[in-house]
Amino acid sequence: MTLEVFAFWAFAVVLVGSALAVVLSKNLFHSVLWLALALTGTAGVFLLLDAEFLAAVQILLYAGGVVTVVVFAIVVTERLVGTRLSQTNRHVVRGAVFAGTVLTLIITWIRRAPHPVRPDLGDADVTRAIGSTLLTQHVLAFELLAVLLLVAMIGASYYARPEE
Amino acid sequence: MGLHAYLFLAAVVFSIGLFGVITRRNTIGILLGVELMLNAVNINLVAFSRFHGQTAGMILTVFAIAITVAEVALGLALVILLFRTRRTAIADQIDWLKG
Repeated sequence: MTLEVFAFWAFAVVLVGSALAVVLSKNLFHSVLWLALALTGTAGVFLLLDAEFLAAVQILLYAGGVVTVVVFAIVVTERLVGTRLSQTNRHVVRGAVFAGTVLTLIITWIRRAPHPVRPDLGDADVTRAIGSTLLTQHVLAFELLAVLLLVAMIGASYYARPEE
Repeated sequence: MGLHAYLFLAAVVFSIGLFGVITRRNTIGILLGVELMLNAVNINLVAFSRFHGQTAGMILTVFAIAITVAEVALGLALVILLFRTRRTAIADQIDWLKG
């Protein structure tokens, strides 16, 4: 139990710290690298919640795929921007106040919620359960997701096509 | 750790992402903030799923992750298109609809 508590706090500190670095970093490129750390920290939280499959997907798709694509986009769009502009707009104070208000509201609501007891999984295999329900009960949504990914891929390559 | 610890963590990450979306000037920076917010939602889904002993939340998370990846790919394609036509990736300068 103590190990779990320690791991939770370690992942929480990594996650919150790197999330703050993502939004506060002056250099957009550093932001993306901090985002990779934040997404890896989230994968750790998933591990604590016995979701090994989701942790693996998180690292493969986010920390691998998304970060690579974002770095590519930054390299393409920053090339012609000679002067290094400030990365934040004039709404910093208002943004902090608004985000703080939203956080206070969410925490107020959470504190009113009941405390469910964590059920013991025993030797149940979460990954197996996800796989079998995904391909039986949710198979239609699964196939639609495949179509969505194809459409997104075609759309993205249409928008980013080379100029005629 | 109880369910509330995970919910508080997700709430903090969500608010940080919201702050990033509001304050970033660069459209790619805004997209990074959106990523953080979606990530917080995923933590909530998995935590609820685990504490209620059902896999439905984890399956929803699989869909959320896949849709987020599609969103990032399309969003960055739009950023590149905007940059090509307007030579900027700053959200304040994308004001064509302002009469």
